[in-house]
Amino acid sequence: MSIPKRRRRELRASFLMTAPFLFIFIVFFLYPTFSVIALSFTDAPLIGEGQWIGLDNYAKLLNDRLFYTSLWNNLYFVLLTVIPTTVIALLIALAVSRLKGRMQALVLTLFFLPYVLPVSVVTMIWAWMLDFQFGILQPLIAAITGKPVPVFKNPYWVMPMIAVVTIWWTNGFNVLLLIAGLRNIPPDLYEAAALDGATPWQRFWRVTWPLLWPITALVLTLQLILQLKLFDQVYLLSNGGPFNQSYVVLMQMYREAFQLNNGGYASAIAMVLFLFIVIVSVLQFQLLRIGGRK
Amino acid sequence: MTVKRARDLAFSGIVLIAAAIWIFPLYWALTTSLRSENRIVSDAGVIIDELNFSAYLSVLSNSKLPMWYFNSVGTSLIITVIVLVTGMMCAYALSQLRFPGCKLLYLVVVASFMVPVPALYVAQFVLMSDLNLVNTWWGIILPQLIVPVVVIVYKQFFDAIPREMREAVLLDGGGEFTLLFKLYLPLNWGITAALAIITFISAWNNFFWPFLIATSENMMTIPVGITQVNDSFGVAYARMMALALLAAAPVIIGYLVFQKRVTEAVMISAGVKG
Repeated sequence: MSIPKRRRRELRASFLMTAPFLFIFIVFFLYPTFSVIALSFTDAPLIGEGQWIGLDNYAKLLNDRLFYTSLWNNLYFVLLTVIPTTVIALLIALAVSRLKGRMQALVLTLFFLPYVLPVSVVTMIWAWMLDFQFGILQPLIAAITGKPVPVFKNPYWVMPMIAVVTIWWTNGFNVLLLIAGLRNIPPDLYEAAALDGATPWQRFWRVTWPLLWPITALVLTLQLILQLKLFDQVYLLSNGGPFNQSYVVLMQMYREAFQLNNGGYASAIAMVLFLFIVIVSVLQFQLLRIGGRK
Repeated sequence: MTVKRARDLAFSGIVLIAAAIWIFPLYWALTTSLRSENRIVSDAGVIIDELNFSAYLSVLSNSKLPMWYFNSVGTSLIITVIVLVTGMMCAYALSQLRFPGCKLLYLVVVASFMVPVPALYVAQFVLMSDLNLVNTWWGIILPQLIVPVVVIVYKQFFDAIPREMREAVLLDGGGEFTLLFKLYLPLNWGITAALAIITFISAWNNFFWPFLIATSENMMTIPVGITQVNDSFGVAYARMMALALLAAAPVIIGYLVFQKRVTEAVMISAGVKG
């Protein structure tokens, strides 16, 4: 008699405790997930009903040159950020982990601080740093190219400079993860390697690199996912221009939905991004598995 | 030994210089914000040699910054409280209770990491408009309540607590809610604080969603509001930098005060994502 009663109480408690989270999760996450899929098969405006049009939106996407531009720019941005930020973060992490005590804390704080800033603060500061007339970095640019460059209005400079700003902003996160990874490497492995007469170079490639690989792979995939979702910095620094050179997938989704009132088409664009990121996330597990076997 | 010490010192010096260069943009923003507009365009000394707060005063009185602070603080606090309370209850059930569908629920929560949230913004906007919540606090808040990492982190910490500790509370006639709030939560104040801080910071910093849903200046949060001032100030470098720093001050101060918690939370939540 007492066991079913206890069980009943457990079930009641389970329901009461999961209900608030489940309610929010279903209404504001699962439902929108399914409705964005459904919307992508309709010609709905942003607000209001639409007709079922099957795969027409996707067919239209295949012929949309602007969409290819967006995809290409996303890819270009990934190339400009993911590996460079991981390499920079690794160098910083290796340097910081060699420091001790207060010095280490101070240096880590300085490298991490930009990560907690709101994106619009970051873009305002860099717009000022790179200001065409009075930017403090313009003399540097002039020294390289011979003249000042309005970087966010220049089709060649725009993406690399947004990449620089993004790396500056988000790099602290990667540094932190890599430092955590370095701390988990048992020090006696380095002592053993030193006893065997390994050079610092060999110690890095034979000890640090393989043992750090799971974290490095994590950083790489988290960055890949993050950078595919590029929108804020582009919107704030160049608004997709000049000549669509910084137009990216989420920019196109935003314009289609909120400026051109094409909710259905915007949803189809969102679905492509969705698909890309799900694929990357699934590959992430594979990558980590392969790394683990080495 | 002294050679090694000298080399260590030189190495520290080089790393410190690199860190100083890294943080320079923030320092330069501070320097600029403390100068008069005339001096900014006439000379570009790097040292802070003027403490002119007129840009700050001007920004505080001529923009809706106080209003945006209020919106940001309010929405971020509500988000943090709801995310933590619902997350810890759900995590407790997943960790300590057996109920039909618990494995499925856990799987769905883990799988939800894969969904890129901005891809849902169109559908979420439509939903908010159906609920008449466009341009309201709740419109800003509701879609930001989905933070599955909180559930997963809490579950891991609850899993680690020995089950024998439950018996004492159960013998005293306490129920599951007593267990959660009198035993599991007090044992996990550290991680609760850490999760609260990063949830708050990410809500405070969120740009894209509030930018879509807050359509009037009075509803905007800090990161969205300050981009509006951009247009109305014209050329005003000191004021722009004062505005940027005022917008960033709460998170900078929060980070410096709770540094250990922030880094702890970042590491724990990222470890889960892996």
